[in-house]
Amino acid sequence: MRELKQSAAKTLKSFYKILPLILGMILLISLISTSIPRSFYSTIFRNNPFFDSIIGSVIGSISTGPPITSYILGGEFLKEGVSLIAVTAFMVAWVTVGIIQFPAESIILGMKFAVTRNITSFIFSVVVAIITVMLVSYI
Amino acid sequence: MKNKYRSRQINVSWYFLIAVILVYIILAFINFSLFSSSLKFFFNLIIKIVPIFILILILMVITNYFITPKLITRYFKAPGIKKWLFVVIAGILSTGPIYMWYPLLAELKEKGINYGFIATFLYSRAIKIWLLPVIIFYFSLKYVIILTIVMIVFSTIQGITINKILTSDR
Repeated sequence: MRELKQSAAKTLKSFYKILPLILGMILLISLISTSIPRSFYSTIFRNNPFFDSIIGSVIGSISTGPPITSYILGGEFLKEGVSLIAVTAFMVAWVTVGIIQFPAESIILGMKFAVTRNITSFIFSVVVAIITVMLVSYI
Repeated sequence: MKNKYRSRQINVSWYFLIAVILVYIILAFINFSLFSSSLKFFFNLIIKIVPIFILILILMVITNYFITPKLITRYFKAPGIKKWLFVVIAGILSTGPIYMWYPLLAELKEKGINYGFIATFLYSRAIKIWLLPVIIFYFSLKYVIILTIVMIVFSTIQGITINKILTSDR
């Protein structure tokens, strides 16, 4: 019982440290989600799969919010004629790259780790999109 | 030294929150409608994530109670594929926004888990089983299955890559 109390106290201490960061990030996410209109996204894609996948990854990286939003937005992009590669890169980057969360990630898990993880996640979002769409068309 | 680092970490967290609040205050003067809709979005999001917050707190208490450095060391000495599989499954099953997991991951790091596993965990969190019906609705079952498999593979590739980069950096 004493150990359980100790672990609960330790957990609350950890949360106290992180709470301002979480609140700050949610405030930022709210601001970005409400200030970027949906129509903005569909105006910047060209018809080049590689270029579009990079653009998709860039937008996915800076846009943040619940994953379900990215799926719905991705589905809408597809309806508006954006390529599947770009949409896939966008959705994958949305859920794997965290520009907005970067300050918290670098403070808590280390700057080197946060930089490396986000850069590799960005590169992999393009690669995952290309491989996925290739497999979808060949299988 | 450790205490000094911790208090610096707390200060940075508060400075960050104060900076964002200042942005909101300025926004209230220059664009009140964006300010109020952002604030509304913020409160809706807070209401949605409070249950996840509680769940994560409980999980952290359990982790603190059961997961000791000794146990981690023993478990992570298991054959290679098993531990990667464990991390991928844990990532897929985890809930809530990514940043809510950082304190738990930082603690696991202190208990001996390497950066590669943390990266794999964070990457595989992108696979949301309960959201699959939404993607199937917009795309196709074939697309979802392929994307999920490719992402599972890449979550491991990212873990291995990060391990190599950060280990060679030391």
